[in-house]
Parts: sequence; structure tokens; C-alpha cells
Amino acid sequence: MANKISDETMEYVGILAKLRLSDEEKENAKSDMEKMLDYIDTLNELDTTGVEPMSHVFPVNNVFREDIVENGDGSEDTLANAPLKKEQGFKVPKTIG
Amino acid sequence: MDICSMTALELGKKIQQKEISAVEAVKAALECIEDREPEINSFVTVDAEGALKRAEEVQKSIEEGTIVSPLAGVPVGIKDNMCTKGLLTTCGSKILKNFKPTFTAEAVRNLERAGAVIVGKTNMDEFAMGSTTETSYYGETRNPWNPAHVPGGSSGGSCAAVAAGECTYALGSDTGGSIRQPSSFCGVVGIKPTYGTVSRYGLIAYGSSLDQIGPVGKNVADCAAVLEIIASHDKKDSTSIDRKDYDFTSALVDDVKGMRIGIPRDYFLEGLDCEVKENILNAVKVLEDKGAVVEEFDLSLVQYAIPAYYVIASAEASSNLSRFDGVKYGYRTETYEGLHDMYKKTRSEGFGAEVKRRIMLGSFVLSSGYYDAYYLKALRTKALIKKAFDSAFETYDMIAAPAAPATAPRLGESLSDPLKMYLGDIYTISANLAGLPGISVPVGTDSLGLPIGMQLIGNCFEEKKIIRAAYAYEQTRADAGKGAD
Repeated sequence: MANKISDETMEYVGILAKLRLSDEEKENAKSDMEKMLDYIDTLNELDTTGVEPMSHVFPVNNVFREDIVENGDGSEDTLANAPLKKEQGFKVPKTIG
Repeated sequence: MDICSMTALELGKKIQQKEISAVEAVKAALECIEDREPEINSFVTVDAEGALKRAEEVQKSIEEGTIVSPLAGVPVGIKDNMCTKGLLTTCGSKILKNFKPTFTAEAVRNLERAGAVIVGKTNMDEFAMGSTTETSYYGETRNPWNPAHVPGGSSGGSCAAVAAGECTYALGSDTGGSIRQPSSFCGVVGIKPTYGTVSRYGLIAYGSSLDQIGPVGKNVADCAAVLEIIASHDKKDSTSIDRKDYDFTSALVDDVKGMRIGIPRDYFLEGLDCEVKENILNAVKVLEDKGAVVEEFDLSLVQYAIPAYYVIASAEASSNLSRFDGVKYGYRTETYEGLHDMYKKTRSEGFGAEVKRRIMLGSFVLSSGYYDAYYLKALRTKALIKKAFDSAFETYDMIAAPAAPATAPRLGESLSDPLKMYLGDIYTISANLAGLPGISVPVGTDSLGLPIGMQLIGNCFEEKKIIRAAYAYEQTRADAGKGAD
């Protein structure tokens, strides 16, 4: 039951992953992914009918708190890490055409 | 006695008794780092200036009596995926090559409150994805026992640094075995606590439902003492758990009489190196001779843990790593046309091959049309694996197993075949899926002189049992805590 991934699927996954791979990287990624999926397909041997998907191991619930600022203003320190900044903001390429 | 060969509790005691100052301790660690780093490369960043300054402050606090922790003044290495305010935090990646966090991870803050002196940030597989510390952008780390071999991973820098004496103890993180496996390869002790025990606040996320910070030390007592300090209920981590007991050092008792230890038959079949097998079974025999009740049993579902893990971990990684976009921090590509081109070029240039491989796989298993077949299937498998462990712990206090199927491979041998490398995680991965605590403790060396670690896995919140058994075993070894020299 070998998995075959089409070039279109790889293209689509590249869009989701926000990655641009070179042709060589794309070929490698495709064959790596096919091999991994073949291996992951062993899970199909397992009957999971009626089993609830478990996202968290403990029965804990979301914790809410009041929206109160506790950590002060760190904007200067935060902006110090910006690759590009303009005045008090991050500088990015034009986002709306 | 040489400062760098002392355990953390020994050194901490001498500092409290004013026999050694915190400054002398950090100077000794820095000398060792200078001596060993050209060969081992355990650190991405060594903060000599900051550490010396900090040691002076800690010494003052000790003298004033404001810090009385047993580990005050003891030099520590922090895995480079934990944020340290103002100190470079790279996660082993080019994409964070210039990132200086504006805050400190809660686990590290807990250490600082207890007077820890950070000597530097330890090397790791990029974004903790790897089992050898060879995928780091900052060069591979080498095993102090034999530099032709890897230290394991992804916390390879932390474990190698402790084994080489470059720091007295370290923090690592464990998503699929990343503390236990390198601890085994480097002949040190490492604990992966129950999920939710140590805050993940400030830990750069890989697989959030699996990640857990834990201690790496020269012996079991050091690890218990460190865990006692770093574990806390933290409201900044929504998965942090308010535990009843944080007194892990109370479990340092040399008595395993009546403890029930299960040996999963499925862990000792083909694929396990015979020298590793022999050493683990001998160590279990030691515990049996001390009064533990040892029994073989069938754990089942073992072969499904790795495929389930890689689906879940890659899915979470693809989501977690979407924040690295070249906008707010880290690397941004030099030339680009428009926003999406900037995202794609930045990420493609900033991430290494293994990280891209997992982001691609994760994006695929979460995409519409495949989500049910892969992602939900993996979460259902996880539920069954948890159930298998629940049932084992109805009968046994803990499970004894290898930490890895073989000792440390030679450099360059693992990366060519990713699937084969993933299979090396078979004994550690289930504990992450089921949220269980695990410890790796050295039990001997193979014919090449490379260390072998035994893993003890406990039920959720039962760290004390595995600490107690590991400690009792360790008391029978004259070479405990000696490191790679």
C-alpha cells in the first residue's frame, strides 16, 4: 500500500507550510513523506472504532482569568528584536494591494 | 576535590559552608568549558561575563542569608530552547540566530530564585527535532566519552556538558525522549517529569502536548533536588498542574522492598542491542536482589507509538512554528517581493532540512481530506496507548526498560535515514504520549566503553517511585556520578 503524493499535493502543502522548496528539496521531501506515510499507515491495523481522540492526557479544563496586564510595557525591548522597524512598529511589506 | 567533578549537592553544600565561593565555582566551570569546548561543543552561547557577575551577586545573597537553597551558586547549563531574558536563545536554528528574549522561562526563573548561576545555553537539535544533536545550525555536539560518537539528542548539549563537567547540572526538554536518550548516551541521569509538572512558559514549543522540561545531573539526588526547584504550578501555562507533592528529594531512600517492577516483553525483542539488553536485565536483577518484585508482562501496542507520535508531534510543530515569519524577531530574508514571498523565503532559508520535513508532514496530516485519516487516527491511538499503560500500572509500580535500543551511534551515521533514526525513540516516546514520568540512570558501558542507561517509567504523578528505585540502584554502583573522565 505505497503512498504516492502528487506534485499538486506537494505544492499545496508548501502553501500551507509557508515554505518554498527547491526542485531537489521537493523531490526529497516527497519521497521522505511517502515513506513516512507508508509507515504511519501501520496505524490502520489498529481498530479504533468508538475510541475518542485524546488531545490531552488529563481531564483538565481551560483556565480563565481577568484580562489584567501584569508584565508592564515591554514594547522597547520587544521592538529591539524586530528585523525591520519604523517608529513604534514592525515594518513589513505592503499587505493590501 | 576538583570543583568540576563534584555533584550539584556536594558543591552547593560547600558553597553554603563558605568552603568554596560561588565565584570560584563558576570560574572552575568556565575553565573546564574553555578546555573542553573545542572538542565537545556543548554550548551555543557561553555567558562568562554574565555568569561571573551573577555569581558575585549570589555570593552576597548567600552571605546575607537571603538565599538558602541547596543549589545556590552552583553553575548550570540551560538548553537553548528556554528563553533567558537578554541572553541569546537560538533553539539551535538559524531563524533565531539573533533572538534575545524579553522574558525568562518560568523553570529558569525558579532556578534563579534558588540562586542558580547560568554559565550558558546548551546546544540541541534544531527546534528539538532530532536524536543526535547533529541538526543544530551551530555545529554538532560530540560525546565526551568518545568524540567520534554523538551525545544523543535533542538535549545533547545539556547531557554532554554535564558529563564533561562543563556545568554541574543542566536543564533539558523531552518531547519524545530528548532528555532520557542523551542522558543514557552520555552516562548521566535525566528525568522527564509528568506532563504539567514543570511550567512550559518560555519553552519554545515543539509539540506542546508532549513537551516537558526536566533536569540532567550527575546522579539521582541532584536530579531530584533540581526537579524540586523547577516544578511549580504556573498560571502562565494553561496545562500546568497544581500538584500535591513537590518534595521529590524525600524519595531519596535506599529501599525498594516490595516494589513491583514490570518488564514489558515487547521491549526486549528484536532490534535491541544484546549488550544493552544484558546490562538492563542485570540492573533489574540488582533491584530484585534488593527486594523488588520483578515480573515480565505484555504491554502491547508498542509498535504503534512511533507512527502516532510523528503524526501528533509534526502536526503540533507545523502549527507552533508558524510564528517564525521574519516579522517580529529572528532572521528575515534579504530580498523579497511582497509579504508571502517574505514569509516563504525567510522560513525556507531559516529552517534546516529536518525542521522543514516535519513542518511539511505536519501540514499534510492536518490538511482537509487527511485530518481524520491521520491526525484523529493518531489521537485515537494515543488514547489506546494511555489505556495500555493505565492497565500496566494497576499491577506494577513502574516499568523498567532501555532508554534506547543501542549505545551512541558514530557521528554522521543517523541523518541519512530519518525513519531509522525515528525508530530509535521506541522506548521513550510512549511516556510522552501518555504524559508519564521517566528517568534514565547509568547502568554500565558496552564493549566500546559507551554508556548504557536504564529507563524507569512511572505512573502519572509518581516520580517519587522511580526516583526511589533509581536511587536505590545507584547506591550499588561505585562509579555513580563520575562523568566521562
